[in-house]
Amino acid sequence: MRKLALSDELLMQIDKAARYIGGEVNAVVKDKDAVDIRFCMCFPDVYEIGMSNLGMMILYDQFNEREDVWCERLFSPWLDLDKVMREQKIPLFALESQDPVRDFDFLGITLGYEMCYTNVLQVLELSGLPLRSIDRTEGPLVIGGGACAYNPEPLAAFFDLFYIGEGETVYDALFDAYKENRENGGTREDFLIKAANIPGIYVPRFYKAAYNEDGTLASFEPVRDDVPSVIEKQLVIDMAKDYHAIKKPVVPFIKATQDRVTLEIQRGCIRGCRFCQAGMIYRPTRERPVEDLKASAHEMLQTTGHEEISLSSLSSSDYSHLKELVDFLIEEAEGKAINISLPSLRIDAFALDVMSKVQDVKKSSLTFAPEAGTQRLRDVINKGLTEEVILKGASEAFHGGWNRVKLYFMLGLPTETEEDMKGIAHLAEKIAETYYDIPKDQRNGKVQINVSTSFFVPKPFTPFQWCGMFREQDFIEKAKVVKNEIRSMLNQKSIKYSWHEPDVTILEGFLARGDRRCADVIELAYKKGALYDAWSESFHYDLWKEAFAETGIDIDFYTLRERSTDELLPWDFIDAGVTKEFLVREWNNAKQETVTPNCRARCSGCGVRKYKGGVCYEGKD
Amino acid sequence: MKVRIKFSKLGPVKFLGHLDTMRYFQKAVRRSGLPAAFSGGYSPHMIMSFACPLGVGVESEAEYFDLELAEYVPTEEVTQRLNDVMGEGFHVAGTTEIEEGKAGNAMSLVAAADYLVTFREGKEPDGDFYAGLEDFLSQEEIPFTKVTRKGESQVDLRPNIYEMQRRDDGIFLTLASASSNYTKPEAVMKAYADYLGIELAPFAFQTRRLEIYADEGVEGERKLVTLAYAHAARKEDEN
Repeated sequence: MRKLALSDELLMQIDKAARYIGGEVNAVVKDKDAVDIRFCMCFPDVYEIGMSNLGMMILYDQFNEREDVWCERLFSPWLDLDKVMREQKIPLFALESQDPVRDFDFLGITLGYEMCYTNVLQVLELSGLPLRSIDRTEGPLVIGGGACAYNPEPLAAFFDLFYIGEGETVYDALFDAYKENRENGGTREDFLIKAANIPGIYVPRFYKAAYNEDGTLASFEPVRDDVPSVIEKQLVIDMAKDYHAIKKPVVPFIKATQDRVTLEIQRGCIRGCRFCQAGMIYRPTRERPVEDLKASAHEMLQTTGHEEISLSSLSSSDYSHLKELVDFLIEEAEGKAINISLPSLRIDAFALDVMSKVQDVKKSSLTFAPEAGTQRLRDVINKGLTEEVILKGASEAFHGGWNRVKLYFMLGLPTETEEDMKGIAHLAEKIAETYYDIPKDQRNGKVQINVSTSFFVPKPFTPFQWCGMFREQDFIEKAKVVKNEIRSMLNQKSIKYSWHEPDVTILEGFLARGDRRCADVIELAYKKGALYDAWSESFHYDLWKEAFAETGIDIDFYTLRERSTDELLPWDFIDAGVTKEFLVREWNNAKQETVTPNCRARCSGCGVRKYKGGVCYEGKD
Repeated sequence: MKVRIKFSKLGPVKFLGHLDTMRYFQKAVRRSGLPAAFSGGYSPHMIMSFACPLGVGVESEAEYFDLELAEYVPTEEVTQRLNDVMGEGFHVAGTTEIEEGKAGNAMSLVAAADYLVTFREGKEPDGDFYAGLEDFLSQEEIPFTKVTRKGESQVDLRPNIYEMQRRDDGIFLTLASASSNYTKPEAVMKAYADYLGIELAPFAFQTRRLEIYADEGVEGERKLVTLAYAHAARKEDEN
């Protein structure tokens, strides 16, 4: 029997002890003396969230296929355990072996969202590691990856390496370099130099940033001749050959946020919404072969025993073989009481037909994400969803028995006017009217429309990477405009409105487009007690405000300012595929309210054709 | 076909709560490929019934759940197929077939359970801790204040303690465990410590459930039968 790192007594006193015991079905246990590399893969949030992260699970499965590597998992200890670990000086441990993190060769941290940054520091500190890379002379090499690694600069001081792009591609080279360096008696620094020359690997200590008097970035350059000046993102091109399909996903002991099989059907998105970072950085769109998906779905349901399978992609409707896949899943689920979940479907006749087959119409709601309230603003953000399409979809759905609708919008988008904010209320009203146009005996009671707005956060590598954000008070005012307009609608009783808090949005905006100097704020906020910032119950903006005041770092410089397209941006040293020329062109198109067609309709020349695969070459082989 | 499955839950998985243990076995049954029967309706679920919830942190050598299968499978095969897909800490000890219609669900049958309470290293009580057992049990009444979410209530533990004796380095208990008189080993241990006038350190002992019984006696006479073989549902027959 494995010995646990935490005592029974302690486990009895904390919430959800099963978060910390490991030993789940399909968890991988190896003989630590029989492997060359021990990798601790961390998702810096609580177990239930982290266990739902697909990227981490792919790498876990892939690394463990190597005989010489044992990859284990680690999640953030919740606040109750955090407190005890500090008091009793218990070192943070990986789940499988329950061994301290500091005994590992690598600590890999998945950066899924900006609000986990203080949790990264928690993991380092509880592991007994110095927070700053430069102060770590022993212990595991700390490597970051994931969506936030596309602007690694705010965290640059804390990481030894970053991996830019999709993890499947070059970790083998990294592991081989590590082993070779160790066999040759090389130092930590020797390895980092080798690693810096592996495509996609960024070693922050070998680069130097200088700033102008106005605070903008003056230069960003390598400090050595033997490391590249541009880091190129890495991606899987051949989705049939090089995609790593998970065979045996770990089955969480406690109900994870995604307590189901996740089937990734494609990467990237053809749509080109200008606010969407994922839609830009994961280009080109690459579909997995439908036969692979069928085999994968069958296998994962078998090896996990999950009662639900969910398709994962940025826009499922754009997958070429969706109908064939869904028909297969329905057949596969027949008689086995397996639920099929189809997120990110565009509501049309096909979607409604499929949805009525796989879910209870009475219990489910329709989701539309118009993102903006008027066609003008939807053209600005290149969201190709028209009012006509929304109302048609809603009408068909209402005739099919649905009576609940969720609408997602953003406030604070570039060029937004009061008319656009009010447009949100008007669109909701039109949907309600569409419902009440149906004769009373043919409709299903009252309609319920839930309108939800979030505040827009400009992200790197999007056409909106230059635009400014708003002050907290301005955001609140915008939400009030929407709220009041909804209250003045005829069917206001059918419309519910909720909005996200602006303070966390502003901080996210700061971290998303920050530079190396931001590390001081993150570290100080953490030292003051900021942790689990992604959780509203534990988000304390006051601590961050104090940290800004004491470090003298001006948050407004990062959030409010509209950048010039000539400005050197902190993430410009990364080649994410989409060229700066393309992003500038799209920024100008946005200002002129010009729509750019999707990748299948017409190539927009974004720059990713150079990868020689995906949608750019569809039907051309 | 209805089967009763006996399993053990030992080691770190003792920290899984009752609901998570149920989820674990629902997924295990699916992995095993056994032809589970499902309820009807829009969200069908496996027809499965657990005998007796086990507290978090408590190990068990004998847990039970009833499962309905859509077709006949030899009981040894049920055991084998489940064990083929078990993870760390869980093991299926055996499967018995329950007569269709006659059997109640496992939970309604539970009448008593055996426990072994042992002290954690360094938390053993003084040597003569066990000396008072006989006198403790010879009391007519053992009043105990039960604290629940709803408040406090006075109960008499004595009729619910069927057996209590020293075994190895701990105490063996057989306690009433029906829903009407369910008695926690921790409560009995607390009552005994109170009787001795000592205070047990927090988390001084650990508990392991050893067996669960149905009562097949008649006319007030107790006849405990392990749940695996309690095929006739006495309570249902009486009704």
